[in-house]
Amino acid sequence: MSTADITAEHHDDHHDHGPAKGLSRWFFTTNHKDIGSMYLWFSLAMFLVGGSMALVIRAELFQPGLQLVEPGFFNQMTTMHGLIMVFGAVMPAFVGLANWMVPMMIGAPDMALPRMNNWSFWILPFAFGMLLLTLFMDGGAPNFGWTFYAPLSTTYAPDSVTFFIFAVHMMGVSSIMGAINIVATILNMRAPGMTLMKMPLFVWTWLITAYLLIAVMPVLAGVVTMMLMDIHFGTSFFDAAGGGDPVLFQHVFWFFGHPEVYIMILPAFGIVSAIIPTFARKQLFGYASMVYATASIAFLSFIVWAHHMFTVGMPLAGELFFMFATMLIAVPTGVKVFNWIATMWRGSMTFETPMLFALAFVILFTIGGLSGLMLAIAPADFQYHDTYFVVAHFHYVLVPGAIFSIMAAVYYWLPKWTGHQLNEGAGKFHFWMSFIGVNITFFPMHFIGLAGMPRRIPDYALQFADFNAIASVGAFIFGLSQLIFVWNVIQNIRSGKKAEAKCWEGAEGLEWSVPSPAPYHTFTTPPQIEGAK
Amino acid sequence: MSATTEYYVPAQSRLPILASIALFLMAFGAGGMLNESSYGGITLLVGALAMIAVVYTWFGKVIEESHQGLYSAQMDRSFRWGMSWFIFSEVMFFAAFFGTLFYVRTFAVPWLGGEGDKGVSNMLWEGFTAQWPLMETPGDKFSGPEGIISPWALPLVNTVLLVTSSFTLTFAHKALVHGGTRENVIKWMWVTVALGVVFLFCQGYEYYEAYTHYGLTLQSGIYGATFFMLTGFHGAHVTLGTIMMIIITLRLMKGHFTADNHFGFEATAWYWHFVDVVWIGLFIFVYVF
Ligand SMILES: [Cu+2]
Repeated sequence: MSTADITAEHHDDHHDHGPAKGLSRWFFTTNHKDIGSMYLWFSLAMFLVGGSMALVIRAELFQPGLQLVEPGFFNQMTTMHGLIMVFGAVMPAFVGLANWMVPMMIGAPDMALPRMNNWSFWILPFAFGMLLLTLFMDGGAPNFGWTFYAPLSTTYAPDSVTFFIFAVHMMGVSSIMGAINIVATILNMRAPGMTLMKMPLFVWTWLITAYLLIAVMPVLAGVVTMMLMDIHFGTSFFDAAGGGDPVLFQHVFWFFGHPEVYIMILPAFGIVSAIIPTFARKQLFGYASMVYATASIAFLSFIVWAHHMFTVGMPLAGELFFMFATMLIAVPTGVKVFNWIATMWRGSMTFETPMLFALAFVILFTIGGLSGLMLAIAPADFQYHDTYFVVAHFHYVLVPGAIFSIMAAVYYWLPKWTGHQLNEGAGKFHFWMSFIGVNITFFPMHFIGLAGMPRRIPDYALQFADFNAIASVGAFIFGLSQLIFVWNVIQNIRSGKKAEAKCWEGAEGLEWSVPSPAPYHTFTTPPQIEGAK
Repeated sequence: MSATTEYYVPAQSRLPILASIALFLMAFGAGGMLNESSYGGITLLVGALAMIAVVYTWFGKVIEESHQGLYSAQMDRSFRWGMSWFIFSEVMFFAAFFGTLFYVRTFAVPWLGGEGDKGVSNMLWEGFTAQWPLMETPGDKFSGPEGIISPWALPLVNTVLLVTSSFTLTFAHKALVHGGTRENVIKWMWVTVALGVVFLFCQGYEYYEAYTHYGLTLQSGIYGATFFMLTGFHGAHVTLGTIMMIIITLRLMKGHFTADNHFGFEATAWYWHFVDVVWIGLFIFVYVF
C-alpha cells in the first residue's frame, strides 16, 4: 500500500485530523501515538532520576569508608533507584513502545480503549510524584530495598512506607489497565488477514507480557495490602508471633517478582527479533519456535519464584524443585539466542546504531543469563546470595539487556516517529560510550561478589577497593553518555534529513508502509495483509 | 447492534486526567490519614467524591455514545475482552490471599509447632502446638480468638443466598435475550439485588458476632487475619457487584439494553458470577475445612 493511498483514505468525519494545540493535546489525548510519546518521555525522565540515584550510590562506593552520604540515606538511594528503574523507567518505556508500535504493526486505527489508555499513563506521574515525595518526609523515604522484605518493611519501616504502598497500588492500577488495553488491542484490532502467527514478534512478546502483567500485578497489590494491614491494623501475616511468617512475604513477593523480570525482558526479545532481521537482510530464523519459546518462558516464570529464596530455609524438596525448574528456562532462552545468531548467519549485515545495540543485547544479555544459571544452582547460591554477584547478574540482564533494547528500539523507530533520519555519528558515539561504560561498571562486580562483598552496604572491606573504584568510574561514563542520547533524540525531533517511509532497507512490516513521520491517525480503515510477517 | 463498521476512536477527553487526580487525592489522603496527619481524612473524602463524579460522568458518556450508535460490533468485543481480563486480574488478587491461607496452614503454622521439615522453628516458642483454626497464637503479642464462626449457620445461609442469586440473575439474562417481557427481566434483577443485600446484611451480622462474642478480630493472629481479609475483600466485591446491579436495573427501567446489545448487563453478570465462585472457595477453605 502506498503513502498516497493511506492519506487518501483518511477522511472520517467524527474526529479531528491533527493533534490539538497546546498542553491540552497531552492532558486530554486519546491518540496512541501521543500517549506512547508521553510514556517514553516519562520513562526517560525516570531513567535520569533513577540514574542520578545510582550515581550517588557509586560515588559513595568509589572508595571504602563513609564520604558523601549517611548510611540511612544510602539505603534510601538503593531502594528508590531500584523502584524507579523497574516501575518508572523500564516498564513505562515498553508500554510506550507498545502504544506507538502495536497498532501500527497490526493495522489498527488506535488502541482498543483509547480513553482508558490515557488514564493508564496519567496515573504514573502522580504515583511517582508521591513516591519521590517520601524523600522529604519525616523518617525519610523507603529504605528497605526495592524487594521490601518484611519485617524490615513493616515493623522497622519509616512512616513513609504507607505512601510507598499506595504508590505501588497506583502503579499496579496503571499497569493492569495498560496491559488489558494491549491484550484487547492485539486480540481484537488486527487487520483482516493478520493471523496470530503472522504478527510481528514484538506484538507476540507484548501479548504474553501483558498476560503476565494482568496475572501478577494483582499479587503485588495483595502483598502490599498485607503489609498495610500488618502495619496499621494489627494483622500478623508476616509476624510469627501471631502464626504468620516473614518468609511468606518473600513467597508472595517473588510470585510477582519473577514474572516481573520477564515483563521487563520479553518485549526486549520482540524488539531484537525485529531489528536483527532488518540489518541482516534475512527473514527471522525460526519464527514459530520464537513464539513457542516466549510462551514457555512465560509459563515457567510462574513456577520458579523461590530461586530467590534458597537461603531462607526451605525444605530440601523445595530447593530441588525450584533449582531444576529454573534451569529449564535456559532451554527456551537458548532457542532464542540460537535463532538470533542463525538469523545473522550468512546475512548481508550492516551495523547501524539500532543493530549495534541489538547485537550488544544478544551478547551481554547472554552473559547475564549465564550468571543467572550459576545463581540457579542452589548449593552455589548459598555462596552468591546477597552479594555483588547478584547485583552484577541482574544489572547485566536489565541494563545491557532491557535498557539497551529500549535504546535500540528508539533508534530503530525514531525516524518513523519524527520523520528525520538518524544522526548515525552521535548514535554510534552513544553506543560505544554506553557499551564501554556498562561493562566497566558491572563486569568487576562479578568478582567482588564472588569474593564476598555484600550488596546494599555503604562501606566495605579494603580488599574490594580497586574493583569498586573501577565500577564507579564506569558508572559515571555510562551515566554521562546518556546525555548524548538525550541530545541526539532532541536534535532528531527538531531537524535532520527527511526519512523515507521505509527508512531501513531490510525492514519489513506494516509500520514501514505508512509515511515518516507517521500521520496522526493511521489505518482508520484496515490495510490489506498479504504474506507479511 | 449499531450499523457502524468503523472503529470509534473518541476525541479528546478530560475524564482520564481528572480520574488520575482523584486517584492521587484518595491515595495521598489515605496515606495521610493512616499516618495521623490533619489533612488526611478531608483529602481522601474530596478524592473519593471526585472519583465518584468522574466515574459517573465517564460511564454516562459511554452509554450516550453507545446510544448514538457510534459503537461497532468490534467495539463490543473490545469491551468484552477488557472485562474478561479485568476479572482475571481480580481472580489473581484473590489467589494471593488464598495462597497465603494455604501456605500458612500447610507450612508456617505446623513448622512453628515443631512438625515437618522446618519444625526447628519450634525453638522460637517452645511448647507451642500447631492447630487450625489457630486458637492459641505462638507469641504473647497477639491473642487468639475464643471461638470461630460455625460454617453451618450463617455461612451456609449465605452460600444458599449467593448461589440462588446466580440463578435469578441468569433468569433475568435469559428473559432479556430470549424475548421475555421487560417487567420480567426487571423483576428477576430486583430479586438478585435483594439476595445480594441480604447476604451483605448477614455478613455484617457475622462480623459483629465475631468481634463481640468470639473475640475473633483482625488482631487475633493469622486465623483472624486471613479470615477477615478473604471474607472482607469478598464482601467489598459483593457490595460493588450489588451497586452495579442496581445501576443496571435502573437502566433497564429506563429502557436501556436490547436482546442483542447489552454489554453492560453481561459484564455485571460475569462479575456477579465471579464473586459467587469466590464465595464457594471461601465457604470450603475458610469456613468448612
Ligand atoms: Cu527469579
